[in-house]
Amino acid sequence: MSAIQQKVSEPVSDELALVQAAKGGDVGAFEELVRRYDRNVFRIAQHITQNREDAEDVVQDAFLKAYSNLEQFQGQSKFYTWLVRIAVNEALMKLRRRRPERMVSLDEDVKTEEDSLPREVADWSPNPEQQYSQAELRDILTRTIQGLPPSFRTVFVLRDVEGLSTEETADALELSIPAVKSRLLRARLQLRDRLSRYFQKRESGDGKQ
Amino acid sequence: MKCSEFLQELTNYLDGVIDARTKSELEDHLAWCHNCYVVCDTTKKTIEIYRDSQLYPLPEDLRTRLRTAIISKCQARKGPKQV
Repeated sequence: MSAIQQKVSEPVSDELALVQAAKGGDVGAFEELVRRYDRNVFRIAQHITQNREDAEDVVQDAFLKAYSNLEQFQGQSKFYTWLVRIAVNEALMKLRRRRPERMVSLDEDVKTEEDSLPREVADWSPNPEQQYSQAELRDILTRTIQGLPPSFRTVFVLRDVEGLSTEETADALELSIPAVKSRLLRARLQLRDRLSRYFQKRESGDGKQ
Repeated sequence: MKCSEFLQELTNYLDGVIDARTKSELEDHLAWCHNCYVVCDTTKKTIEIYRDSQLYPLPEDLRTRLRTAIISKCQARKGPKQV
């Protein structure tokens, strides 16, 4: 079994030049940065807030905050990682405002029974994607990831959906590398376990699986 | 390698950041432990299915509206704050 392929990142060679130009007041250069990353910021915001309106606000607020604070970006990390950190904070603030009854924190470390080796290990059908229509599949994936605690969801989305490295994820979330790895493992296992309820092989007539 | 040890190494294995000796021990374990093989295989599929699913696409009209709003507010701010 081979390791999963990492997503290829956007070229960043001209990115520092765009950031420098934007720092000097070139709004066109900043607009190019918005074009480059608005889809990613929107997706991250939707995953965290689970709310379309909030995600739209997060996109606007995150880019405006980034623009206003560009001078603070010193170039030690990639611009994208710095932007993600701002966007995650904005998204978590929205989530807290919407769910004041539950403190939402990235430090939340939720233990569940799904953390250990799964109780029932069911293999999946050869092509689980073909068992459902595209719309049904989206619904399953959305409902499944919504069930994860925000702290797990965020790590999974940054690492596995957006393709940030473990170090970049730790940097963006201000977490230690072991904390990122531990949450990622648990997020992956919980998602796997929950998806198995939909994708597991159906019993065939002769009793074999 | 025990099943619990396999689980501890699963993320490093799937991410391809594992030393050769641990990788070989893990693959020996997968060769005879069907449960762990299934967990490994379906966890990998979980990651791939989410990565390929393109949940929450940003529609072009909304994208344009958001970008226009961002840029007009940036222009109104007359450049980044000087520290």
